[in-house]
Amino acid sequence: MDFAFMRDTFLQLIAGVPLTLNLAFTSVAFGAVFAMLLALMRMSGVRVLDGFARAYVFVFRGTPLLVQIFLIYYGLGQFRPTLQEWGLWGFFREPYWCAVLALTLNTAAYASEIFRGGLQAVPHQQVEAARACGMSGFLLFRRIVFPIAVRQALPAYGSEIILMVKATSLASIITMMEVTGLAAKLISQTFRAVEVFVVAGAIYLILNFAITRIVMAIEWWLSPHLRRPPSVEPKLEAAHV
Amino acid sequence: MQQLSYFELVGFGPNGWGWALLTATGMTLAVALCGFLVGSVVGTFVAWAKLSRNVAARWLADGYTTILRGIPDLLVIYLFYFGGSAALSAIGSLFGAQGFIGVPAFVTGALAIGIVSGAYQAEVFRGAYQVVSRGEIEAARSVGMHRWLMFRRIVAPQVLRYAIPGLGNTWQLVLKESALISVTGLVELLRQSHIAAGSTRRPFDFYITAGVLYLLITWVSTYLFQRAETHSMRGMRRAS
Repeated sequence: MDFAFMRDTFLQLIAGVPLTLNLAFTSVAFGAVFAMLLALMRMSGVRVLDGFARAYVFVFRGTPLLVQIFLIYYGLGQFRPTLQEWGLWGFFREPYWCAVLALTLNTAAYASEIFRGGLQAVPHQQVEAARACGMSGFLLFRRIVFPIAVRQALPAYGSEIILMVKATSLASIITMMEVTGLAAKLISQTFRAVEVFVVAGAIYLILNFAITRIVMAIEWWLSPHLRRPPSVEPKLEAAHV
Repeated sequence: MQQLSYFELVGFGPNGWGWALLTATGMTLAVALCGFLVGSVVGTFVAWAKLSRNVAARWLADGYTTILRGIPDLLVIYLFYFGGSAALSAIGSLFGAQGFIGVPAFVTGALAIGIVSGAYQAEVFRGAYQVVSRGEIEAARSVGMHRWLMFRRIVAPQVLRYAIPGLGNTWQLVLKESALISVTGLVELLRQSHIAAGSTRRPFDFYITAGVLYLLITWVSTYLFQRAETHSMRGMRRAS
């Protein structure tokens, strides 16, 4: 192994980290909102909404992400005149927005199932207790259902975020120069696949490790009831007062 | 030039891409199946290493699964494609061959998918092994079964039974991952759609078709896995 080369590679690849994180977090953020909507649609009991959400999840989980990216980036080009007419061409012309859109739609499908699991796992007694106190509607959702659901869904959602960080690598195929894109360029310039792979892999591992720690920290913060109570120093003399 | 209708485009007529797409679908299935099988073998050994008492083996296996599940699959494919070709060229030049020797894209794809899915399958197998009751393994040992015989008659059939749902998920992953092999130039479903889209300037039609074909494969394989699961569970009492 050539360590000088690896150091240069690291410095070159690290330049792609902001874009990788940008793609991941933008799509995770948009995806979460959309996923919440889909989960509520599944649980609404309205047949049309439920059917739509089911079909959506089936289609987006059943096809490769790369097909979805190609469909949006290359495929919609077929309707360029129409899109130009609607003023949307500026959006679909940019590989960045196409990648974000594809990743968002994809993660929404997976996350909606995670959220649905979390929402359905909220104990019924707690909802009843809240209703007994006179809470209902949005307040009940915001104060009781949502926080408990998030707490239960967080571990699975953490894995989904990791998957999204990995999925951003596909944006390199539509010319985005994030970490994998830079790595592929370097490999084809130097033909030193192993060294570049080791460095790029290490960058992804570090990112994902950091994300797992952050998710764990949020989990700890959200579940005070599972923590050990702070130990109280026994005070001998106070007992007699 | 007159516009072809969608069904003329993807159909089997003189201007249709039907046969090409069908062959490419076959290629997708072939590379996914080979990758899945490679992954099963890798996964079995990694699961074995994870369950062993040897600290070094456990440590290695843990490292393997952590790394392969933590980095993008596309990078693994690039490693196999470019790294494999570089290694082959180096070996070739030792024997006096000139220039660049490429690894066949199919082999690269199957190996890359196998190495990645092996990490996922290892976890599936490990989980399933832990469900097999200790008593049965002790019983097998007490009647004097050797390791291999015990594996073949007692452990493997039961592990497989409990592993089927998890394997269904990994198969799903493998199938979707096979689309990434298109970057190495292997003419599978996505690559063929890309070629057809370029030559007809009808990208949307072809990518939609590719998506539908993937969904079809997913749908059929979900059905088959469900059949396999009910078949493997015959004679078992279920909890619910």
